[in-house]
Amino acid sequence: MSDNFPRGRAAIAGLATFGIGEKPGYSAMELTAEAATRAVADAGLTLGDVDALFICQPDDFFAGLSFAEHLGMRPAYTDNNRTGGSAFMSHMAVAAMMLDCGYIDCALIAYGSNQRSAGGKLATRITHNQWDAPYAPLFPVTSYALAAARHMHDYGTTRAQMASVALAARAWANTNPEAFARGPLTLEDCLAARIISSPISTRDCCLVTDGAAAIVMTRTDRARDLAQPPVPLLGAAAATWWNAIAQADDVTVTAARESGARAMAMAGVKPADIKVAQLYDAFTINTILFLEDLGFCAKGEGGPFVESGSIAPGGSIAVNTNGGGLSCCHPGMYGLFAIIEAARQIRGDAANQQPGTHVALAHGNGGTLSSQATVILGSLDSL
Amino acid sequence: MTGPEELWRDALANGRFLLQRTDDGQAVFPPRAVAPGSGTPLEWIEASGRGTIYSVSWIYPRPPAPPYHVALITLDEGARLMSRVLDATPEALAIGQRVKAFIGESDGAPLLLFRREQEE
Repeated sequence: MSDNFPRGRAAIAGLATFGIGEKPGYSAMELTAEAATRAVADAGLTLGDVDALFICQPDDFFAGLSFAEHLGMRPAYTDNNRTGGSAFMSHMAVAAMMLDCGYIDCALIAYGSNQRSAGGKLATRITHNQWDAPYAPLFPVTSYALAAARHMHDYGTTRAQMASVALAARAWANTNPEAFARGPLTLEDCLAARIISSPISTRDCCLVTDGAAAIVMTRTDRARDLAQPPVPLLGAAAATWWNAIAQADDVTVTAARESGARAMAMAGVKPADIKVAQLYDAFTINTILFLEDLGFCAKGEGGPFVESGSIAPGGSIAVNTNGGGLSCCHPGMYGLFAIIEAARQIRGDAANQQPGTHVALAHGNGGTLSSQATVILGSLDSL
Repeated sequence: MTGPEELWRDALANGRFLLQRTDDGQAVFPPRAVAPGSGTPLEWIEASGRGTIYSVSWIYPRPPAPPYHVALITLDEGARLMSRVLDATPEALAIGQRVKAFIGESDGAPLLLFRREQEE
């Protein structure tokens, strides 16, 4: 693997979210179209400037085709990657390389779901494989629960430590007007919450919300002349080791260990250089696993690390500064929302802006801890 | 000739728990067409049925549905699979316990299940 990557030569030129929280009366595609047109306008471009479409919708397996139709686009390239919530990080990697070699000039990456207003069900037909399904694990929570149970067994991780991930997320959300779940949340609330699939309780689970997100990417030299401060992509890597949790060699280690190391090598940064990280927190155990696997703490130390307040406001690393999937929004797949929060931190317009942020990481998770993808964003000063 | 999955299911229906093995001795489950990682041929072996609980999660549906569990079991041959341990309770079932496979039934189809070893 050579991992040649056009470091910093493609950038996020525009971004937008739409309908985060509850937006009844909209289809998923309509929400996505609202976010997409806002992201294009944010960049100071028009839909006619976009020549490549990257999309992954929860409920439409041909979303690339139907979204192009919806917006009246005729993309020269359409990508409908389905690796789950990490798909958007992979989209960025592909778009950056296509932009750099001049195959495309402007990429739109979009996502949206009306999951909450449509009845609160995960709007996907994806489920456990035929080997696991007869035992009736809950999809997807039981897969994460099996990882969490083993992490507790191997490293002494506790439910209170998992809860501190939820408390940190809520503390960030409480000062983000866009976040859906705001208000007090205590350790006692978390520990008293109903267990769904042990050791995971309702308070360890992400939200079920509506919401859409979109980013526009172009070459950094062009983005310098557009409406917003460019957010160059410094590195991007995806890794897949397995799909079903039963096939993991060690359920406490994810392929984030590989995707993170490769993305950071491309970007020329180390974990200690990263003070802002958006980690796909579908469940509280995710944040613990990804902090370990991305190198922010040693394997097995994620529990004490989060319990000490390291990821909460005022901690040593600002994690999920929008409130994350646990308290900001989780419309089925969260990856693009993590990217947007990282980009806002670089641009300087995040709700919980961390001063002097020139490097930010966004990590996506797809399937059930299966597909892992990491992007490192920077400012022009980081080039 | 049938594919590996159908062959495995036919064997289970006839009371046999089979595994596949690579030419360097690695056990493989679920059944595959070729050895993962190398693409070389696989051979069938009779599973010992013995294994160790690797992880377990108890699922609590809304009452009155009773709680149940799923377990990941590492077979002595090395492969891992998802299953259930018969007559278990949240208090008594734990990671590291030894289990032994048997072929039960669910919805009229044979299903691989486990018992804790001391119960035999």
